[in-house]
Amino acid sequence: MLGRTLQEVSAALKQGQITPVELCQRCLSLIKKTKFLNAYITISEEVALKQAEESEKRYKKGHSLGALDGIPVAVKDNFSTSGIETTCASNMLKGYVPPYNATVVQRLLDQGAVLMGKTNLDEFAMGSGSTDGVFGPVKNPWSYSKQYREKRKQKPHGENEDSNWLITGGSSGGSAAAVSAFTCFAALGSDTGGSTRNPAAHCGIVGFKPSYGLVSRHGLIPLVNSMDVPGILTRCVDDAATVLGVLAGHDPKDSTTIQDPGKPFMLSSLTDVSKLCIGIPKEYLVPELSSEVRSFWSKAANLFESEGAKVIEVSLPHTSYSIVCYHVLCTSEVASNMARFDGLEYGHRCDIDVSTEAMYAATRREGFNDVVRGRILAGNFFLLKENYANYFIKAQKVRRLIANDFVNVFNSGVDVLLTPTTLSEAVPYLEFIKEDNRTRSAQDDIFTQAVNMAGLPAVSVPVALSNQGLPVGLQFIGRAFCDQQLLTVAKWFEKQVQFPVIQLQELMDDCSSVFEIEKLASVSLKQ
Amino acid sequence: MAAPVLRGCCLGRCWALACIDSGSRHGRGAATGFTSSGKRGQSFVAQQPLLTAQKSRKGEHKWAAVVGLEIHAQIVSNSKLFSGSQVHFAAPPNSLVSFFDASLPGTLPVLNRRCVEAAVMTGLALNCHINKKSLFDRKHYFYADLPAGYQITQQRLPIAVNGSLAYSVCVGKKWRQVITKTVRIKQIQLEQDSGKSLHDELRSQTLIDLNRAGVGLLEVVLEPDMSCGEEAATAVRELQLILQALGTSQANMAEGQLRVDANISVHHPGEPLGVRTEVKNLNSARFLARAIDYEIQRQINELENGCEILNETRSFDYRLGFMPEPNLPPLLLYDTASLPAGADPQQVINIDRIREQLPELPSETREKLIQQYGILPEHSFALLNEVGLLEFFQNVIKETRAEPKKVTSWVLNIFLGFLKQRNLAVNESPVTPSVLAELLNLLDRKVISSAAAKQVFEELWRSKGKTPSQIVSERKLELMQDEEALERVCHAVMEGHPQVVMDMKRGNPRAINKLIGLVRKVTHNRADPMVIKEILEKQLLS
Repeated sequence: MLGRTLQEVSAALKQGQITPVELCQRCLSLIKKTKFLNAYITISEEVALKQAEESEKRYKKGHSLGALDGIPVAVKDNFSTSGIETTCASNMLKGYVPPYNATVVQRLLDQGAVLMGKTNLDEFAMGSGSTDGVFGPVKNPWSYSKQYREKRKQKPHGENEDSNWLITGGSSGGSAAAVSAFTCFAALGSDTGGSTRNPAAHCGIVGFKPSYGLVSRHGLIPLVNSMDVPGILTRCVDDAATVLGVLAGHDPKDSTTIQDPGKPFMLSSLTDVSKLCIGIPKEYLVPELSSEVRSFWSKAANLFESEGAKVIEVSLPHTSYSIVCYHVLCTSEVASNMARFDGLEYGHRCDIDVSTEAMYAATRREGFNDVVRGRILAGNFFLLKENYANYFIKAQKVRRLIANDFVNVFNSGVDVLLTPTTLSEAVPYLEFIKEDNRTRSAQDDIFTQAVNMAGLPAVSVPVALSNQGLPVGLQFIGRAFCDQQLLTVAKWFEKQVQFPVIQLQELMDDCSSVFEIEKLASVSLKQ
Repeated sequence: MAAPVLRGCCLGRCWALACIDSGSRHGRGAATGFTSSGKRGQSFVAQQPLLTAQKSRKGEHKWAAVVGLEIHAQIVSNSKLFSGSQVHFAAPPNSLVSFFDASLPGTLPVLNRRCVEAAVMTGLALNCHINKKSLFDRKHYFYADLPAGYQITQQRLPIAVNGSLAYSVCVGKKWRQVITKTVRIKQIQLEQDSGKSLHDELRSQTLIDLNRAGVGLLEVVLEPDMSCGEEAATAVRELQLILQALGTSQANMAEGQLRVDANISVHHPGEPLGVRTEVKNLNSARFLARAIDYEIQRQINELENGCEILNETRSFDYRLGFMPEPNLPPLLLYDTASLPAGADPQQVINIDRIREQLPELPSETREKLIQQYGILPEHSFALLNEVGLLEFFQNVIKETRAEPKKVTSWVLNIFLGFLKQRNLAVNESPVTPSVLAELLNLLDRKVISSAAAKQVFEELWRSKGKTPSQIVSERKLELMQDEEALERVCHAVMEGHPQVVMDMKRGNPRAINKLIGLVRKVTHNRADPMVIKEILEKQLLS
């Protein structure tokens, strides 16, 4: 049951094959068993059970609220949740309990979704590994999959198996791991430079970044306001569309959301791709791209072509400036956004009280990690009066050029762009931390980041397993506000590739097996 | 003591404030006199006062001062600029604070339509160009009462630019000459107010009240077209009247709804401008004028003594600058021509609609008073200058048959004089408009003499509740209506003063006045001097 998609389990709830409370309890028990993954910072057990009970009452009366009623979901710990601690994986916000719900959280709850907990991330979402939060790194469930373990057994390994676990990617690694390990059916991430798509690719799930302005940011603790978008992580494209249908639409509390009222996103099943034009941006073929990912990318292009789609090479000439441009804009906004964390109104406050300034300094030194402090320092440098024109203004101009690259390509008749999501499959933690956060972020955002500059929708879809038995994802990029078209194409592709389900028996054997839970379920169903 | 010419522009007393320029924006000092006497020379002095330091060894060394102003006016609105929190002046600390005002992470600004309309209306009243597209920026500084660490303002592209404010100063020996001056308005921008810090020295703590944090402000930037404290204070007073007439700000300086910062420099005419200093947070027009003049004199003294003027920057004006506010899209305004078809009126702001709603401005009110009642321009300023005085005046006019000029004189001289002596506001006066109107009617119908009227007025102030008629009859102040009795009094006075009668017969014109005075004394001011004169002249001839 837990391995099903959101749509499937929703149907099971409707048919009474399982009740919301049972479903919630099973997820809670799996969350506890997989605690070592470190996917969750806070498990909101009591709240979840209460919500499940409410949902159960609705089902009994036949008044369920829709596809999300009774569905366990998880939310990245940088979305404000009323009454539930929201930390951003930072000392600065340890113990901070927001008095309000982010709009996206509220919309999920209004549809009857059951909130299992708050998921782990890099501190303030600054990172691409989910390794740099104050609660420790997130472990990729695929580290414990049968597929990966079998491949590893074929090769001699001197090192201790347990120390060789893989990163999830990030910064929404907790949400990706939570969905991938079956502890919930959908999770919210955030995506500023690829933070939803990157861990989705590494964890073998669908990671969707909607168009900027389609989904409210109110309550999302910002990284870069002009690029942040709430992301959706699910096991299939249809599920992402279902969640998007609930989240999308104007929010009076976020002036950057579009005025159009939200429509439900029901994806039709595409049968004919012959009218589609798929663009392959040549600048995305970089030397660092692993040969395996490259080969999956080209196979995917061939697949479209063989089914009748027009596949053409296109150029996004300013792509190579994207990372450095992002660095300036991101750190500048970070410096500005982080200014509010001064220990006065909320969050961490140091014990020093000799002066207000000394209190600020110590509070911020103790509250932020090196990555956050480094970005604040860089951002303040770029925002200095004498540097503003040379850095910030120039970066804004480059951003416009990057966005125009996409406009030009789409104006030339391309419907969807097809690119890799990541350079390679997930790497072991010990390998990953050989480089610092800044280097890793610059490397890992390479295919995802320009999309945020342009505010376009993009989705990472798992394609296949690598030689190591690890998932590889490919990214589709659509026209602004053509999210539905994008997901329709992604759904077609998903159906063609038939990505394998993660096999977590070994993991479960360590604790107690998913199979046993399944058996219990079938027993109870028979009664 | 200030340099003599410095005070030239404020010779004696200023009828603080003037009228809005009706259109022309011809930069600094475009002066037009109200009086047609052509005393331009005199007005020129007032316009560009030159200053000398008292201790200057070189007496010919003249200085000119340049004063610019930044004025922050709190917008009258039920809620704050970017949040739904209520706005009240004296609410309990931290009782009007939304999640956004406290900068809780994840909260976003939502622009208050009313504040935008107030800015547009103010811009129109100040002859500004209204930008159909304006932008919001973050201005960064760390301060305990600025919770977000930045203030949202409009630095790059403000909502209104290139306006003008005309104000008038009265000069000349009898302050009969009204000079209108114009100060250019660089821009009007919407921005957030900060909270308040209260320093508890005893416990060395700082307490923060965020009730004011996020209240909408209009920042009005006046170009350095003024040259002394009095000009600046007069311009501020006129702006205050305009804002109050528009209802866009209560503009009460004592309550901090209008706050003024001044930029001041001095230089020799013909040479480049000097180094500026800032005088901040002045909360009354009088202090503003004094502080500016003091600073001008200080700078002159420093320079005369061979010292330099240092630009003491504000304590929190770090080098950290501005950044576009990413959470607010550009603010777009429309006029009737550019209004998108089928636009929801709740979602768009039409500049032309706001222009139609502009109320009468103080300059128009004064012009009307001059036209309608034939009063002097300086009296029109005086009537507007005191809160509630114009309304008082108009209410008196409504209920009396007395001449408007008479009413003006009574309201401005006697009534206002009494208020000032007792430090009262118009609405605190025990004498209501209808009571004064009744008194003036008695005077107009010649029931009492004007001297008796003043007596009655004093009595009204002392004994609340009595009507003028009651006082007149109690005190027997009516004019003598019995002409025969008056004739007997006149006769008796003439009998008693043969020498004066002789003088009169010899043609001394002052002699009759002496007799009139004597008769009035005998009648306890109850006789009409004109009637007495008639009788005296008649009796002389007989």
